[in-house]
This record gives sequence, structure tokens and C-alpha cells, in this order.
Amino acid sequence: MNSKLPQSVLLKVGMGTCGIAAGARAIYDKLEEQVKNFQNIEIDYTSCNGFCHLEPLIETIIKGKTLLLANLSAEQIPFLLENLTNKKLLSSKVLVIEKDKKLKGQNRIVLENCGIINPDKLNDYLEKDGYVALKKVLNNISPEEVIENIKKSGLRGRGGAGFSTGIKWDLARKAQSEQKYVICNADEGDPGAFMDRAVMEGDPHRVIEGLIICGYAIGASKGYIYCRAEYPLAIMRLRKAIIDAKESNLLGENVLNSGFGFEIIIKEGAGAFVCGEETALIASVEGQRGMPRIKPPFPATKGLWEKPTNINNVETLANIPWIIRKGADSFSALGTEKSPGTKVFSLAGKIKNAGLIEIEMGVSLRDIIYGIGGGSSTNKEVKAVQLGGPSGGCIPAEMFDTLVDYESLMSTGAIVGSGGMVAVDEDTCMVDLAKYFLQFIQSESCGKCTFCRIGTKRMLEILTRMTEGKSNMEELNKLRALAQNIGVASLCALGKTAPNPVMTTLRYFESEYLEHINEKKCSTGVCKALVIYTIDEQKCIGCTKCAKNCPVDTISGSLKKPHYIHQEKCIKCGNCEKVCPVGAVSKL
Amino acid sequence: MSDNARNIDQIIAMCGREEAAAIPILQAIQHDYGFISKEQMKEVCSKTDIKENRLFGIATFYSQFKLTPSGENLIRICKGTACHVRGADNLIDVISEELGIGIGETTADNKFTLETVACLGCCSLAPAIMINNEVYGKLTADKLRGILNEF
Repeated sequence: MNSKLPQSVLLKVGMGTCGIAAGARAIYDKLEEQVKNFQNIEIDYTSCNGFCHLEPLIETIIKGKTLLLANLSAEQIPFLLENLTNKKLLSSKVLVIEKDKKLKGQNRIVLENCGIINPDKLNDYLEKDGYVALKKVLNNISPEEVIENIKKSGLRGRGGAGFSTGIKWDLARKAQSEQKYVICNADEGDPGAFMDRAVMEGDPHRVIEGLIICGYAIGASKGYIYCRAEYPLAIMRLRKAIIDAKESNLLGENVLNSGFGFEIIIKEGAGAFVCGEETALIASVEGQRGMPRIKPPFPATKGLWEKPTNINNVETLANIPWIIRKGADSFSALGTEKSPGTKVFSLAGKIKNAGLIEIEMGVSLRDIIYGIGGGSSTNKEVKAVQLGGPSGGCIPAEMFDTLVDYESLMSTGAIVGSGGMVAVDEDTCMVDLAKYFLQFIQSESCGKCTFCRIGTKRMLEILTRMTEGKSNMEELNKLRALAQNIGVASLCALGKTAPNPVMTTLRYFESEYLEHINEKKCSTGVCKALVIYTIDEQKCIGCTKCAKNCPVDTISGSLKKPHYIHQEKCIKCGNCEKVCPVGAVSKL
Repeated sequence: MSDNARNIDQIIAMCGREEAAAIPILQAIQHDYGFISKEQMKEVCSKTDIKENRLFGIATFYSQFKLTPSGENLIRICKGTACHVRGADNLIDVISEELGIGIGETTADNKFTLETVACLGCCSLAPAIMINNEVYGKLTADKLRGILNEF
């Protein structure tokens, strides 16, 4: 077989961590093996393009039209190769989606190259105006002017706090010292967040370019990227990008022969959530336990090894090349007055179009959840959205008209945070969700401050008793008091924001707490201790399936006779409910 | 232990002798040997500027470092928010049922160790787990049983 297509076709496989986990490697291998039989077909790989729910996927560009071939299996590859025209693909049984339509509602700056270029090829990045900003800065713009530009753009830190990036740079610039450092905070620890992973895996040179410009602006010759070890692919691609940048004189003693020298070192995190806090991160880079320090002095005056240090998160730095290239005004024209630009969010949980999105600030939550996200992925309604991980909060569906910008979200008790957005539906118990975050915080507290170390433990104990039906109203008051005190008496953001998930669920879902306390009931059925499984004698047909599938043999009854669950041994696994063919088992 | 595990001298030569090298040294030992023994920590301290209390403090602070050996296959259940609301706890139950181990435990035949991880960052594939370096997503109880049987 040696088919020939009228023009060459490029097939790109999405190979981010999530794509690979969904099976992209097998797709790529199959393509590589089969493509030899064809002329005019080129294959390449790219990283995550944000459509995680469609993975594994291939992108085809034929006659200028970009199609996404979604949810593929390796077996479909031979068929695809034989049918590579837009018309044939669109009428085939493969799930085919037009990319432009899929991107409706989004505005991609940070993600402009993600899922488009091959992250391991410097040339791909150069073709997309990569390092143009760096060249511009080194040739024509003084460090002070760069900082003025960033200030004018209105860019605010994308790691959570939302502090002005330009002012932060200015403080580090003005600090007097022969040695200064810049650090890229890539310790994306919030559970439910994967924006920074996608940017590093998909467009590593962009992060590097942002970091070099930052170094030039504040007068630092050394930069660190502190990346969590759970992201091996991101680290691998960053390493390759640094080597390639060095070879092209984009990094090194004399960057682009400008006289400015800059080097980048990658530091792997070792699995501590608190290291996302900047002073804890500095301690970790110095080789110590990652424990936060008292501020002031701020890192801008006394940071890494007591030298002036500027720390920015991945997404913040990824915005920099765009702002320099297109101008501060183009950036501040996007989004809202106080929160200009765009923000990347990771959509996950009970949502149809789970994945990565980038929107202009000022879009409503409703537009994100129902517009881009496509609404609930289950047959239940979306009940709330959890924003900002363990430091953030839950916003109920009634408030989905809230706009996504720093101030509006803050007024709800949640935060923009790093950008993790997890939708939950009516099957999610909010008390259990609060307990989940407390569990996380409690185990990640570094132990320095008493309120954070012991207070979160006491809060967790109360929440655990609530989910077991062993709590009372007095404890609910204690929970509120603890939440307030921990917020006030902790040193760093981890402790200060630790009570947020409890505070917001208490504010918007108090009835669920009261149900657990007063009625000893969990109507979602999540809190297993409060659930009782029973069999309706009228409905039961005596098929014995439940008894056979019960792992603890606590269901009795003979063939064609109603069955009965002996509660004392029941472990509430729910197997009986799942296997019953007539819906006779129910939760009380 | 990997086939070409470096000895402590080689690791120090690569990572450095100063305090800032403590974490990279521990990471290298962990990478090559699968865990870090007390003897190895003592050896590191005798050959570098790092104090024993410091190194032990670091090794116990970060969750990446293991002071006891794991089984042949390391199962890590993702406890991220998306996985939690999509039923990660049920996956733990399935593994406990199938293998008879809880979190932090190793099977009697040394084949599996069960751990949790804060978040794998594969939230759209929730609930997800990682076995050794491979991520498995969109799991159900049956799918998980099938995967376990492959080992």
C-alpha cells in the first residue's frame, strides 16, 4: 500500500501528562509504525491543549482547517490514515471536533502555544515569536522601563495573592546588593489545579523567557525554577529547553551578546505543600525544612541566602513575553480595570468539559461552568464550585453570576487562587468536602504556629465527629471560633487561609451541617457512618445477587424470597445497591 | 534498588557537600535505592558539612522521602479534590479488599505498597492512581481490579 494525498497533512498527538495517561503514547507509536506506508503525512507531538476530556487526541490541519480527533484508540489509526480529508473525517464514526468552535469563550495568551507547538523544539517556539520579547528588552529597553511597562500593564500575581507584579519587581530592583535572585514558583500544590503543569509541559521556553526578562529587570544573574517532583514530564521538558536555550546563547554568560549574563537552575521539590509559600520555598531551596519565615523582611530585600529575591508563579512569568511584545496597553485592555488580562483555570470534578481554559477576567462563573464547561457530567445538577484549593472556598450555584476577578471572588469568601476550579454536584456532601480540605491542611501544616498545628487538628476532629453523627451544636460554635482564631494567629498563608473551606461551606451550606448534627443524617449518602442500607421487601425479587456480592456476608434470604440486611455487620460499601436489578435497595 | 545505583561518594560528588545539597542528596539516594537508610544518612553526614540532626529533620519533613523500603510496586492513590469528589476513597477500599493492606502498608509477599499522593494533576481523569510511574485514570472498582491483576 502506498497511498498519496494531494497535499501534505500534519498530524499532532497531544502528549501532556494527562494525554499520555489517557493512552496517547500507544497512539503515537501506532502512527509512527503505520505512517511509513503513506507519503505526505507528517507526524509530530504537542502537549496539552486543554481538552482533557477528549484525550487521547490527534489534531489534523487540512486546508487550513483544524480538527480534533478525540477519544481515540490505537485500533482506529489505520482507518484514520486512509481517510484524511476534512469531509471524510467529519462524516466518520470517530469523534471529530472543530477546534475553533471548541475554543469559543476563551482568549488564550498564556496558552497561546500550548497544544500547538512541539515543546521540545526551540524552533517551534521561535516561529511563534519566541524570545522576540527578550531580544527587544536586551536591545532597547532599560530595566527600569521594563518594570514601568509591567506596572502599566496592571499584571497581578497569578499564584493566588494577586499582588502587583510591577511593584514587586520594583522593590527587588531597588534593593541594593551585588547578588540577587529570581525564582519561578512551580510548586503547584493545590489539589485540583494543573495550570502550571500544562504551561511548563506545553510551552517551557515561554516560562524561561519570562524568567530571564525578570532577571534582567531586577538585576539578577541567577534564576531558579522550583518545580514539584510530582511533575516529572514538566521537569524533563524544562531541562531540555534550558539546554537548547544555552546552545542558542539565550542563556549563559553573555545572553545574545548583550553583556547580560543569566543562568537557570531547576530545583525539584520534595513533596511539601507549604513550599508553595514563598519564604518556605526559599528555605527549601537553601536545603532546609520548608518552614515559612516572618515577613518583613520581605524576599525583595532579604530572600534566598539573605539576598534580594523576586518570586513569581509560572503563569505570571508566562504573561511577561506577551506583554513586552504586544505592549502594556494591549494587556490592560483585556479583563477588568482592577484585574486586567486573562486567567488560566483548570476545570475538574463533576463537569462535562473537564480541562484547561483561559478566559478574560470579568467573565461570570456561570459562563465558565455552563458555557465552556458544558455543565454537570452526571445526571445531578452542579451544586457549587470549589475555587482556590485548600486556601479557597465553595461558591454555591445561586451565586454563579459572580464575576471572576480578584475582588469579586474575594467578597464571596473564596479566592481566584492559583486557578483550580472543581465543580461538585448534589451527590457531594459539603461537610465531607470541608473535612477533606482540613485533612489536607492538617497533614501539610509545617508545625511552626500553634494555631495551625493544633487548631486544624481540633477542627478536623470536630468535623470527623460530625460526619459520624457524634457532634452537637456546641461543637459547631467551637468550630467557628477555631476557624477565626487560626486565621488570625498563623504566620503564613497556609494557616491564615486554612479555615476558608469550612467558613464558606458554613456560610452557604449551613443546613447540611445542621442535618449532620441534629438529624444525624447525610442526605448525599457520602458520610458512610450515617447511611443505612435497607431492602424494600415489596420490590425484592429474591435474585440473591446482593447477598452474593456482599463482602461481609451480612445479607440473608433464600432464592425468590425477600432479602434482609443485618445492620450490625454492614460496612456500607454500597455493593448491594449497585447490583440490585430492580432498585429494591435504598439508602436511608 | 536500581541496577546502576551510585554509591554515597558518587552522589556527594554530583550534588555537593554544602547544606544546600541536602535535599538533592536525599533525592538521589531515594531514586537509586528506593528508600533512605539511617546508615546512609550517617555516611552522608560524615562526608559533608551537613549535620545529622539537620539531615534527619529534612528527611522526615518532606513526604517524598521514605525511611523504610517499599514493595516491588508502589501504588499511589490520588487524593486531589477532583478525585475525592469522584470517589477516590472507594478505590482505597477496593485495594484494601483485594490486597489486604491499608495506606502506608506493604503486602506480605512484598509485591505492593499502598500510599496516597496529594494530587497527580490529572484531574480530568479523576479518579486516578499512579502505579510506579504510570498514571491510570477514570477508574472504577472493576477497572482497578483488572489493573491489579495485571501485576
